[in-house]
Amino acid sequence: MSHNCESCVVLSELERMGMNLDRFDRVVALAGNPNTGKSTLFNALTGLKQHTGNWPGKTVTRAEGGFEFNKVRYKLVDLPGTYSLLSASHDEEIARDFLLFGRPDVTVVVMDATAIERNLNLVLQVLEITSRVVIAVNLMDEAARKGIDIDLRSLSRDLGVPAIGVVARTGDGLHALLEAVDGVASGTISTKPLQVAGTPEFQRAVAELVPLIDQAAPGVPNARWIAIRLLDGDAQVEEALTTGRLASLVAGQQKAGERFSQKIALQGAQ
Amino acid sequence: MSTAAAAALQRAAELRQSLGVNFRDETVRSLYSEAARIAGRAAHSSGSGRRDFDQRIDRIVTSPVLGLPIMALMLAAVFWVTIAGANVPSAMLADGFFWFEDVAAAAFDRIGIPWWITGFIWHGVYKGLAWVISVMLPPMAIFFPLFTVLEDLGYLPRVAFNLDFLFRRAGAHGKQALTMAMGFGCNAAGIIATRVIDSPRERLVAILTNNFVPCNGRFPTLIMLATIFVGAAFPPAFASAAAAGTVLLVVLIGVAFTLAVSWGLSKTVLKGEASAFTLELPPYRRPGVMRILYTSLIDRTLFVLWRAILTAAPAGAVIWILANIFVGGTSLAQHTANFLNPLGYSIGLDGVILLAYIIAIPANEIVVPTMLMVYLGTGMMTELDSFDDLRTLLVDKNHWTLLTAVNLMLFSLLHNPCATTIMTIYKETLSRKWATVGALLPLGLAFIVCFLVATVWRLF
Repeated sequence: MSHNCESCVVLSELERMGMNLDRFDRVVALAGNPNTGKSTLFNALTGLKQHTGNWPGKTVTRAEGGFEFNKVRYKLVDLPGTYSLLSASHDEEIARDFLLFGRPDVTVVVMDATAIERNLNLVLQVLEITSRVVIAVNLMDEAARKGIDIDLRSLSRDLGVPAIGVVARTGDGLHALLEAVDGVASGTISTKPLQVAGTPEFQRAVAELVPLIDQAAPGVPNARWIAIRLLDGDAQVEEALTTGRLASLVAGQQKAGERFSQKIALQGAQ
Repeated sequence: MSTAAAAALQRAAELRQSLGVNFRDETVRSLYSEAARIAGRAAHSSGSGRRDFDQRIDRIVTSPVLGLPIMALMLAAVFWVTIAGANVPSAMLADGFFWFEDVAAAAFDRIGIPWWITGFIWHGVYKGLAWVISVMLPPMAIFFPLFTVLEDLGYLPRVAFNLDFLFRRAGAHGKQALTMAMGFGCNAAGIIATRVIDSPRERLVAILTNNFVPCNGRFPTLIMLATIFVGAAFPPAFASAAAAGTVLLVVLIGVAFTLAVSWGLSKTVLKGEASAFTLELPPYRRPGVMRILYTSLIDRTLFVLWRAILTAAPAGAVIWILANIFVGGTSLAQHTANFLNPLGYSIGLDGVILLAYIIAIPANEIVVPTMLMVYLGTGMMTELDSFDDLRTLLVDKNHWTLLTAVNLMLFSLLHNPCATTIMTIYKETLSRKWATVGALLPLGLAFIVCFLVATVWRLF
C-alpha cells in the first residue's frame, strides 16, 4: 500500500506548478459537499499545502493553484464545500458564484463514496448549470472498509458525465481523473448531463423567462438557473438582478480571489 | 432599477402564481427521488463494522454526562504535555542565545565598534529575537502537532456538538465552537472561519468574541506566567501539572467570557435568537503523520515565529532607543513607564507592562520579550541570562506579586486583538464601526475585570 504518500511523484505526466499561475490554458473548479476531500485533491494536484483537516467547513475562501497535464496548463480553483447551490452563508456563496459566473472549463464535483445519495443532490444541481462536469468519487478506500461497493459505470451512465473513483490521500485514480478532465475540456468526451425535468408548465415558464433575463443582464451566463431561482422567489437573486450586482459578480469572478484572506488561509495561520 | 429587470421580475411573479403553490416542493422532491434512485443503483452496502465502532465512540465523547469532562481532560493533557515538554528546550535555547550575545558583543567591543552600535544590535534587536524564539518555539512546536492530531481525527465537530447547548442559550450559533477552536491557532484565521455561519447577526457575534480564546501569540505569555508563578509554588514533580491546570483554567475563563459576551450582545445591540443548523459528524480518520508534521511545524510554527521575528526586531530597536535617550537624567522609557504607572497600578499591573502592550499592538507574540526588554532597559537589572533570573527580575526587582501574575494572565486573555486581527475584522465586516467595537470592547472589558480583581484583592 502506498498510504500517506503526499510528497511522492504520483504520475509522470503530471507537473505540479503550485502558485505559479502566470499562464494557463484551462480553468478547473473543484466543487462538492463539505469534508469530501476537495482540498486534499487540490494539494495532490498542485503540490500546494492548502490547510486540510477532518471537519466540514475548513475551506472558506477560494484557493487557486496550477498544474500541467499532457502539456496543457490548468488553473485549479478549490471552492468551499456546499450542500446545495441555494444556500446563504458567505463561504457557500463563494462556491456558488464561481460555479455560476466564473465559467470554469470543467467542474470536478468531488463526492464522498460513503454518502453517495446525499452528495448527489449537489451533483444534480451542478448538472443543471453546466454540462462540462467530471465526477470524482473520493474516499473509495473508506467505502471499501465500510463494505460499500460503488458501481462507477452505473453512476456515469445515469448522470451522463464521467465518474472516476479516486483516493485523493494516496493519489490513486488521479491519472484517470485527469484524462477525463482533459477529454471533457477538449470535447473528445461528450457529456449528456441528466437534468431533472420538472413539469411541462415549469419548463415553459423557464423558457419564457430566459430571454427576459438576457435583456436585463446581457451576457450573463446561466440565465436558465437565474430563471429557476426567480420562479422560486429567491430574494437574493432578485436583488442581484435589480441592483446590477449580477454584472459586477460576473466581472469579479475573473479576478484572483480575495488576496488578503486567501493569504491567511493558504499560508496556514489557521 | 432598469426597466428590463423590472419586466423580468414581474413576469416571474406572474408565472410563479400560475404554477401554483406546490411547484417548489415538487421540484425539490423530484431532485431527491432522482438522487435516491441513482444512488440505489450505484452503491451497494454489504454490512458495516466501522460505522458501529464510530458510533460507539461518539456515544461516549458526545454524551451529555461525559462529553464536557472528556473535553476538559483532553485539553488539560495537551497543555500538560506542552508545558512539561517545552521547559527544557526553552531553557537550553535561552542559554545558547544569551551565551552568543555575550560572545558577539565582546567581539564587537574588541574590534572597536562604538558601544551604541553594539548595544543596539546585540542588546536590543538580538536580545528581543532571542527571547521570542526561546519562549515561543518549543511550546508551539509541541502544541500545534497535538492540536492538528485532534483536528485530523475529526474531534472538532464533536466539540461543537458538546458546546452547542451553551452557545444556543447565549443566543449564538453552534458553529461558533468551530471558529473558537480555530482562534487557538490565530484569531485572524478564526475570524475568517466565521464564514461558515449563515446568519449575519450570529456571524458578527462570533467575530466580536473570537478574541477571548488565547491565540498562539498569547499562549507563551500564559505558559510562562503559569510556570514561574504557579508551577514554582508546587514541588517540582507537580509543577508542570499545576501550570497546565492554570492554563486550562484561563482558557475556560475565556470560554466563559465568550459565552457571556455573546449573550450580552444577543440581548442588546445584536438582538435575536440562535438559528438552527446541521453539522455533520465526520467519520474518525487516522491522521497522516507526515502531513501533520508539515502543517503544524512548517505552516503554523515557522509562519507564526517568522511574524513574531519581523515585529520583534523593530520593537527591540524602539525599546533600545527609548531606554537610551535620556531627558533630565531619566530615559524616555522610564518617563513613559512612570506616566503609565498610576493607571497600571489601578488594574494590578504596572507602567512597564502597559508600555509593553502598547509597543506590542502589531503582534501579541512580543509582549513578554518587550516587557523584559523595558525592565532591563530601564536599568533595573543589567543581566537576564536564564529562566531562573526571570523570577528574580520580576519578583525581587520589580515587585511582582501573585496579583500581578493573575491580572497579567487575565489582561492577556481579554485585551484588544493584534493589528492583523483588527484589520481582518474590518475586511470581513467592511465596517469601521464593528472593527472599532472589536478592538475596544475587549480592551474595555480587560480594564474593568482587572480593576475589579485588583480592588477586591487589595481589600483582603
